[in-house]
Amino acid sequence: MHFLKRLAMLVPLLLVISTLAFALVRVAPGGPFDRERQPASPEIERAMKAKYHLDEPAWRQYLRFLGDLAHGDLGPSLKYRNHTVNDIIAQALPVSMTLGALAFCFALGVGIPVGFIAAARRGKWQDHAGNLFAVLTVCIPGLVVAPLLILLFALHWRLLPVALWCSPAHAILPTVALGLFFSGKIARLMREGMLNTMQAEFITAARAKGLGENSVLLKHAFRLAVLPVVSYSGPMLADLLTGSFVIENIFQIPGLGMFFVNSTLNRDYTMTVGLTLLYAALLILLNLLVDLAYVLLDPRVKYE
Amino acid sequence: MSEQEIRNPKSEVRSSGAAAASSSVESASQVVSPGQKAWQRFRKNRLAVVGAWFLVVLVIFVAAWPAVLKLASVSGVKGAAFAQLHDPDRLTDDQFQPPSPAHWFGTDVHGRDVFSRVMFGAQVSLLVGIVGAGVSLVIGVLWGAIAGYAGGRLDGVMMRFVDILYSLPSIIFVIVLITTLEGALKSWLTAIGSPGLGKSARLLFLFVGLGAVSWLTMARIVRGQVLSLRNRLFVEASRALGAGPVRILWRHIIPNILGVVIVYLTLTVPAIILYESFLSYLGLGIQPPMASWGSLIAEGADQMNPIRVYWWLIAFPGGVLVTTLLALNFLGDGLRDAWDVRGKD
Repeated sequence: MHFLKRLAMLVPLLLVISTLAFALVRVAPGGPFDRERQPASPEIERAMKAKYHLDEPAWRQYLRFLGDLAHGDLGPSLKYRNHTVNDIIAQALPVSMTLGALAFCFALGVGIPVGFIAAARRGKWQDHAGNLFAVLTVCIPGLVVAPLLILLFALHWRLLPVALWCSPAHAILPTVALGLFFSGKIARLMREGMLNTMQAEFITAARAKGLGENSVLLKHAFRLAVLPVVSYSGPMLADLLTGSFVIENIFQIPGLGMFFVNSTLNRDYTMTVGLTLLYAALLILLNLLVDLAYVLLDPRVKYE
Repeated sequence: MSEQEIRNPKSEVRSSGAAAASSSVESASQVVSPGQKAWQRFRKNRLAVVGAWFLVVLVIFVAAWPAVLKLASVSGVKGAAFAQLHDPDRLTDDQFQPPSPAHWFGTDVHGRDVFSRVMFGAQVSLLVGIVGAGVSLVIGVLWGAIAGYAGGRLDGVMMRFVDILYSLPSIIFVIVLITTLEGALKSWLTAIGSPGLGKSARLLFLFVGLGAVSWLTMARIVRGQVLSLRNRLFVEASRALGAGPVRILWRHIIPNILGVVIVYLTLTVPAIILYESFLSYLGLGIQPPMASWGSLIAEGADQMNPIRVYWWLIAFPGGVLVTTLLALNFLGDGLRDAWDVRGKD
């Protein structure tokens, strides 16, 4: 019921966001056709504007935009002629989603074991190494890691491709560059979660029953200790989506981030509005999924 | 350990010779405030202290470097040569020199001294971090204090708003805001007769925009603190004496949450510096000829090629950025532990 309510909230929220974005891009001075090759005669410009309905009063443009939106149509791109925003999303979204999912798995795959081992060997060298890893990675942003990775692995040792997105080998460096930051955060959360859980009474009870240490940690403590990581995955997905702007820029990956940044620079109105809307919808839905996972993992949490 | 011992081990030596009575009087007058206790805990945290010192040194360097160059340029032939060598904007033919005694961080594609550029870029990066954090402080404290103090319906609506903003990609709004409203602000500022301000419109937007998306955690924390304080006896006493909500908040509640607020302020600064470098990297932040750490790293990344590796163009700006973030995080964590603030993200 709670989740249905939140799903229902999605529609008015997206409406507000799209209205705001629609208004904002039109406040900006300069239009999408300003940087056309000169000389563009006034007739041509007028014809272009008429074609995209930019000559109409703002309220009619807005109504047209809403009508198209209701049909799931985000309109034509003003910069990439002959492509609709829907086309471009259909091409770029899978790329960004793949990169995001890979980085997400990398962050979890590295962060959870590191945090788990650090907590299990508290005070030993594994713990110190894990803490060092967490502190360092959280302070090294993707825009520093990515060029350094390219310098070392692609240019110096020539092990991996420098850029582009065409084979699994091309995905390795972007995945690491994007995911490293989050793996440190997850390691920290996992360690804290484990340390808190290990003080709980049910852990003492499990030990008292004579269970082995591994079984106590893996089967009993882990499930509760991983909850902070789960609740962090919501904000993390948001940061992964926007963090990939820089990564896509450095590695020349044709994902959503590249199109979004270019669209704001090119005043490609329809594209900016469409992608903003897409990002907002994606994030809200992903957050909802994270909360659902939370309920499934922790039976104590109940939404009425 | 008694409070007195924690505060000053030497005082024990001093008071041991005195009569027992006088020592008890002394300890009564030496009640350690929570702030002092926190300060002692903080000083024991070596990483946090190192971080704080690093930041002090960095700020001194960054503030003094332009003055040093100016001073050198008017003091003799050698000084002038030094100043010219390190002029961050002078284009020369010494392209891509690796680090050397003359150019500590090497030179870039236009033969400019990278060390000087990093120092001047630091001004922008640090300024955006500090002012942006200040903006987030004002919004967050006001929002959280009003919601927490008012309670009830208003609180519910205000915090629901924060929840919604949490689930949205804030940086995307900053990008849209910067690219759309900047032109409007620029022409408006020039129209009211300050073309100099018009040029720094982008900087103003970074201050306000980044502050405006970073206040959410602050608002949540402040609200929680205000909620727990507003029903305490001293607040009730003040209310009974006829104090209005503004006076109660300003005189009684805000001073009590200052420690928590400062802790989160220090953790907001690195986050905003990171945001700024992110935007500048994408070309959406600081515009040339101004530079920040983010735009310097972007310039370095542009020069990457398979034939020659100019590692210093990335390693030095990136290294300074990472070290500063590390220092700020150590400082923030140290302050948080010292004030024993419960983390709540």
